[in-house]
Amino acid sequence: MNATAGNLDVLESSLLADIAAAADEAAIETVRVAALGKKGAVTELLKTLGPMTPEERQTKGPAINGLKTRVTDALAARKSELKDAAITQRLALEKVDVTLPVRQSPAERGRIHPISQVIDEITAIFGDMGFAIAEGPDIETDHYNFTALNFPEGHPAREMHDTFFFNPADNGERKLLRTHTSPVQIRTMEAQKPPIRIVIPGKTYRQDSDATHSPMFHQVEGLVIDKTANVANMKWVLEEFCKAFFEVPSVKMRFRPSFFPFTEPSLEVDIQCDRSRPGEVRFGEGSDWMEILGCGMVHPNVIRHGGLDPDEYQGFAWGMGIDRIAMLKYGMPDLRAFFDADVRWLQHYGFRPLDMPTLFGGLSS
Amino acid sequence: MKFTLSWLKDHLDTDASLEEIVERLTSIGLEVEHVDDKAALKPFVIARVVSAVQHPDADRLRVLTVDTGSGNPIQVVCGAPNARAGMIGAFAAPGTYVPGIDVTLAVGKIRGVESHGMMCSERELELSDDHNGIIDLPDDAPVGTSFATYAHLDDPVIEINLTPNRPDATGVYGIARDLAASGLGTLKTPPVEPVPGKGACPVKVEIAASELCPGFALRLVRAVKNGASPKWLQQRLIAIGLRPINALVDITNYVTFDRGRPLHVFDAAKVAGNLVVRRARDGEKVLALDGREYTLTPDMCVIADNNGVESIAGIMGGEHSGCDENTTDVLIESALWEPLNIARTGRTLGIITDARYRFERGVDPEFMVPGLELATKLVLDLCGGEPTESEVVGYAGHKSKIVSFPLSEVKRLTGLDVPKAESLDILTRLGFGPKGGGDRVDVTVPSWRPDVDGKADLVEEIMRIHGVDEIASQPLASHDAVNAKILTVLQIRTRAAKRALAVRGMMEAVTWSFIPARHAELFGGGQPALKLANPIAADMSDMRPSLLPGLVSAAQRNADRGFGDVALFEVSGTYEGDVPDAQRRVAAGVRRGTAGLQGSGRDWSGNAAPVGVFDAKADALAVLEACGAPVDRLQIEAGGPAWYHPGRSGTIKLGPKVVLGTFGEFHPKTLETLDVSGPLCGFEVFVDAIPEPKMKATRTKPKLELSAFQAVKRDFAFVVDRAVETGTLTRAALSADKKLITGVSVFDIFEGASLGEGKKSVAIEVSIQPAEKTLNDEDFEALAKRIVDSVGKQTGGVLRG
Repeated sequence: MNATAGNLDVLESSLLADIAAAADEAAIETVRVAALGKKGAVTELLKTLGPMTPEERQTKGPAINGLKTRVTDALAARKSELKDAAITQRLALEKVDVTLPVRQSPAERGRIHPISQVIDEITAIFGDMGFAIAEGPDIETDHYNFTALNFPEGHPAREMHDTFFFNPADNGERKLLRTHTSPVQIRTMEAQKPPIRIVIPGKTYRQDSDATHSPMFHQVEGLVIDKTANVANMKWVLEEFCKAFFEVPSVKMRFRPSFFPFTEPSLEVDIQCDRSRPGEVRFGEGSDWMEILGCGMVHPNVIRHGGLDPDEYQGFAWGMGIDRIAMLKYGMPDLRAFFDADVRWLQHYGFRPLDMPTLFGGLSS
Repeated sequence: MKFTLSWLKDHLDTDASLEEIVERLTSIGLEVEHVDDKAALKPFVIARVVSAVQHPDADRLRVLTVDTGSGNPIQVVCGAPNARAGMIGAFAAPGTYVPGIDVTLAVGKIRGVESHGMMCSERELELSDDHNGIIDLPDDAPVGTSFATYAHLDDPVIEINLTPNRPDATGVYGIARDLAASGLGTLKTPPVEPVPGKGACPVKVEIAASELCPGFALRLVRAVKNGASPKWLQQRLIAIGLRPINALVDITNYVTFDRGRPLHVFDAAKVAGNLVVRRARDGEKVLALDGREYTLTPDMCVIADNNGVESIAGIMGGEHSGCDENTTDVLIESALWEPLNIARTGRTLGIITDARYRFERGVDPEFMVPGLELATKLVLDLCGGEPTESEVVGYAGHKSKIVSFPLSEVKRLTGLDVPKAESLDILTRLGFGPKGGGDRVDVTVPSWRPDVDGKADLVEEIMRIHGVDEIASQPLASHDAVNAKILTVLQIRTRAAKRALAVRGMMEAVTWSFIPARHAELFGGGQPALKLANPIAADMSDMRPSLLPGLVSAAQRNADRGFGDVALFEVSGTYEGDVPDAQRRVAAGVRRGTAGLQGSGRDWSGNAAPVGVFDAKADALAVLEACGAPVDRLQIEAGGPAWYHPGRSGTIKLGPKVVLGTFGEFHPKTLETLDVSGPLCGFEVFVDAIPEPKMKATRTKPKLELSAFQAVKRDFAFVVDRAVETGTLTRAALSADKKLITGVSVFDIFEGASLGEGKKSVAIEVSIQPAEKTLNDEDFEALAKRIVDSVGKQTGGVLRG
């Protein structure tokens, strides 16, 4: 073919039209071979440049090379266009309905029982004050549950405990289910030298059942034994605890003289609250009082039973219901539901597994 | 303990308001539980209906003219059907707050007729639920005077929640003494004067059980007239919830509440011969004043005459010799009883009386005789008669306790600085006798305070009267010695186990420690030492040997409510015996239905499969891992305890002896006994059996060695006998080269006729990490040979062709 200007134009239009019409990579390749292959039209034209005179080459060269460049670019552009179209098409095919639900992660589904959570809250608060957590057995002897705690044999105070007993053993000894966590006071004093600062959470049992009493329930009690701990210190510890536990900046507390066999002097503590809204209790405000715990200076006889001299060592103890303070803080109406394992209740009142109570992150979220 | 304000003021001269008195009572340890104060009824006056005419515009209303004693008849519109001319009732003037309808009255027009107040029903005054008509008073009710005063509603009733250590406050007098000591008025009760008698008491008393009766006083009053007691006495008894019976009985009840001194009265005509205080004979019966017959035992003390038992000592009198309106000669008893015996007898017989309440707490022995004198005086005042002298036997007098009391004890135990003079003054006002001038005084304890034994008791007396509110909070100083360790390893593991299981989508349950006997037996429990003698219900009788029965039952309860796919866990105690070490700490869980790790039920992305042994195994291993057990050294053995499916359960061991857990699906008989349905699987991990980690000198972790050479994976499939455990095979592969092989996973299990009878194919992927050089083909071939040889040697398996 002669590389006249007219011929080049015709060839270019023809090639560009073929490129534009190529519907896939194979068609583009056919056009490329036809133009730029070993025997392609443009290659043939390029071959004509060699024999030309320098003058002729000066005019034809740029025209033919220009043609080659434009065809090459058009091929690349078309190729990219086709690739984009293919991706677009594939993406369209791959489209899914993102409104479809996903499964909840197990860590969101699981629940920690309020009793465990509240024990962790209590641990966080008292741990910060330097208290260790102590535990003891549920099945106790009369000695640890009563006698060592200064409950005289046959005293009406013993009867107030509605104790669960086991059948007497052959030696006449009658085991029982502990009616309070206080036996651990004695067990700790026997095992450890003062200073003692412990908090004792655990299961306790009494023969009682209604909306606020359960034959099995949970108590937490504290014990401080050293050479100086007094009622003033006890007030401070309990005030600090109540503020931290109920997560209020201040709370009024009323300490009333009372009676427990294992403390002397003994006090009961009421906490300021507002019960004017149905189904809700707010602490640290209002004009109502709610009884929350019992406490006192450890009775000299109890210190003696723990193997210590009450003229040398002294201290205080307090106790309260874990279930009760959980109900007060989180508003569960019925204690019996705590032990029913109804998943709807657990889902509602339970805590998420990764909600760990800490003082730095807040006890509850 | 209940009393009225006016009753208290019989003993206490005070200007304090009701509110001040109530607040003080609580602050000195006599906690006020309830105050029934009808103060709101003060403005209501007694008024007479002068005329009652039909309302011009309303069928059901009438227009009354009411005389309120002021001289000006008042017009009132009234809807009560019983309103009629001449009747007397309770009137509320405009401006009066009517509690029953929670309205403050104003002058209003009712259907066009002005009404200047209201005639009230009992419900409107909150006296009862009666709203059938307005209050209809007797004709002699004094018009123009206070209705509350007339109806004796102006005396507030105070109820104290008395602690068991305060027998002295079981009488109004004792409460007044406490209030006076606290500075809220002065005690004004005159001492009891002896009442002279004529002649000896003809009925003699023999105490045949002196260990149960430390004293007995008796007196006969002849020629009494026993009828209804006077209004004032009846009203006081009614106010505190007692029923007036007759004057003699009412007097005993009055003295019981006034002085904490229970008494008994016998109709002398019905007493045969002398009285003897003795232990009851076994099986002896008595018909008591409550109309019930009680069968007695020799543990109980009675007062008997020639006819038999006349009274259960200190608890309740007998019907036979009780006083009624025909009684003319009365024997008054004032005695002392051994408190523990009274408590036990009362409990055994199931009798709760005001006398038992006081005797079991311990009455004032020194008031035995004065109590009798006081009762005699009241009998003479109210019923007339001629008293004999008192017969007092057995009483050796009270020996006062003396406590050596360093006054510094108050500061030591409470932090309070109470001046010495004030401490002594408080004790004196409470009736204690402090003697000596130094810092240590000898304090004589009054006869009415059996609860006070030592120094700490006296500190409490001074603290409660001085005021607990005076104690300022003092921070507790930090002790390094106690700050070291907050939680034990077991406590940390318990918490870790709970969070680990909750993170696996399980919900924490707290189930009963006591379970039905047949459940306990099924799970290896039920031994006699772990059976409650007095369970609260028949199916809460045995301490649980395992957490599983409780959790399985809980899962079924949820299924019965329509929630069949549940995953529950509990980390708590189980009981292998009744000694402390036999209480185990166990983490257990059950999954039911399709409640697997990734969720339950149907889902567009794939339905959850029924739960099975491997769900339970994964849970158990997760707990062990969270608790820091050496998971790479654990062995899994086929089979578990009998309550599991024998072919779908396993035991997790550490070494040959230590069992750390079990898991599996349940035996069909287990499901049947527990009355539950599946699919169900469960596990138990014995948290307390996991060895404690060794104390490490450093927290530095071992150096991380990272190989520079590419890690590769190779697959092998072995044909082995069906009975060969995959665990054996993978261990064999792992042991082929402990340096190069870093892991073996099982990616396929296949059984088919092509493999031959009783054979299965196990396909494993072996992870290889070269450490020193890149492996070439010969190296791989040699390694593959070692793997095939090792597996072949230990399982008999051959490479699948």
